[in-house]
Amino acid sequence: MNRPTVISARNLTKAYGDLTAVDNISFDVPAGESFGLLGPNGAGKSTTMKMIGGVSQRTSGSLTIMGLDPESHGPEVRAHLGVVPQQDNLDEELRVRENLIVYGRYFGLPLSYLRPKADELLEFAQLTDKANSKVDALSGGMKRRLTIARSLINEPRILLLDEPTTGLDPQARHILWDRLFRLKESGVTLILTTHYMDEAEQLCDRLIVVDKGRIMAEGSPATLIREHSSREVLELRFGSERNATIGVELQGIGERLETLPDRVLIYAHDGEAALEQVTARGLRPMTSLVRRSSLEDVFLRLTGRSLVD
Amino acid sequence: MTDNQSTTAEHPLRAHAPAVSAARARRWGAFFYAEQVLRVMRNYGWSVVLYSVGQPVAYLFAMGVGLASLVDANSESAFGGVSYLEFVAPALLVSAAVMTASGEFSYPIMDGFKWRRVFYGPHASPLIPQQIASGHIMASTVRFLLQSVVYFAVVAMFGASPSPWGWVSAIVATVAALSFGLPLMAYAASITQDKGQFALVQRFIVMPLFLFSGTFFPLDSLPMAVRWIGWISPVWHGTELSRVFTYGMDQDPLLTITHVVFLVATATVGWVLVRRQFVKRMGS
Repeated sequence: MNRPTVISARNLTKAYGDLTAVDNISFDVPAGESFGLLGPNGAGKSTTMKMIGGVSQRTSGSLTIMGLDPESHGPEVRAHLGVVPQQDNLDEELRVRENLIVYGRYFGLPLSYLRPKADELLEFAQLTDKANSKVDALSGGMKRRLTIARSLINEPRILLLDEPTTGLDPQARHILWDRLFRLKESGVTLILTTHYMDEAEQLCDRLIVVDKGRIMAEGSPATLIREHSSREVLELRFGSERNATIGVELQGIGERLETLPDRVLIYAHDGEAALEQVTARGLRPMTSLVRRSSLEDVFLRLTGRSLVD
Repeated sequence: MTDNQSTTAEHPLRAHAPAVSAARARRWGAFFYAEQVLRVMRNYGWSVVLYSVGQPVAYLFAMGVGLASLVDANSESAFGGVSYLEFVAPALLVSAAVMTASGEFSYPIMDGFKWRRVFYGPHASPLIPQQIASGHIMASTVRFLLQSVVYFAVVAMFGASPSPWGWVSAIVATVAALSFGLPLMAYAASITQDKGQFALVQRFIVMPLFLFSGTFFPLDSLPMAVRWIGWISPVWHGTELSRVFTYGMDQDPLLTITHVVFLVATATVGWVLVRRQFVKRMGS
């Protein structure tokens, strides 16, 4: 079980003038792990990814990837990585297959390897029939899959994914998750940032919850939920007028109560039992829903805010 | 390297180790990026070819045949004893290369950093920003040289290059394009907001350089007040140098050397500034 550490950050800090985007964070990622950075927009996730990818200089602290400092060994570090940036930056003027080949050339890979490899990756990304299409003819989900295929051209053992499914429809997201899951199964270390809790739950073995550049909590999704939330959550809607004032009448039900503008959340071990207590008090919510606790609840508990504003 | 060592029968394709990628990128990275730019150019290859051939034919016919019939009839000695076509052809060759450079080193740079962010893709690979800059420059240089060779061929067909050394003017035009283009590229790489700066460059820098660089008439015939435009113009230095090669224009050797030094020096300074700006913009 003693897997080697592939990424190690100690007191990593990045400041832009007065703004500290990443504030003294430390973490280790062992080989083959799927490691997530979960947090809202502006939490410092992408900045951390850029430092790992050796394209942004840190202000202080230390960082090594495969034992190398990305600042002094940028090309050597990047040769180990596959990078899927937040914004697709495909060559729109080249065709789909050509995008993969050109990218592989940056790694000095010979065409005798790249031609069959490009076909293999197009198959993996379910884009074989689009091989000779122009990139701008692809849908958002297809472009994302092509960006992922491109990041795999050098067979990296570490894949950085910055918000891999933002802006995609649910079906496209599920296709992407499936592909990423296969990579994880093949032993590739995945580092991903996301502000989608379901994505983090689906893909991450372990994650750090970040807010305002700081680590708020660390652990597997199940551990984080167990430690920072109840087993179930009862969601009640009383209408936007009453949600704010109903809290007093709900006191004492469940372990904790959270009032949001559009709904009231009651954290309880048994959601159905909590709902019975609510109705027993003569309160009639417009809608009610019992669900399992999620990372969204963890984040709310830790920061007092929602992940997606 | 521990990576990529296992080879299975059903999956025989293996990439070389990351250390090999990094070493190759460190040595050949600029060429790898140049290859990408040339592949993109190939996509609009026909328009490049038509532009390269069509422009000289149109200009040489209009200026060298149309205008020349009037000019030559009136002032035989004004152009150092050569026909107006011979006088104007090397200037048009150099101007065309400079104009192409004003295109290649402006909008595509903004595109790379801002619009489609194409420079950031290769930066996630082992390439470094300086190589991305150099690759773009190398590919553009190939384009300027090809265009200038084609232009020169048309000039020769019009009989406007009597000297056997005329072909050197294609190289001079390419260097002039870099002399003008590289400082422009450094400027383009420093722009973060597009406020129409490139249109201003076209109107207030490229056009005056084209008109006041001894292109259509000797620089001496301009009043002193505007003659300085020629002295700082890569078009003038390139044109004067080209005239030496295409028809053996009588020139003080010191002045010839000055033209060469000016073109090489401005291109070199531009190149240094470009590299610095790319690093500033993208990190190391």
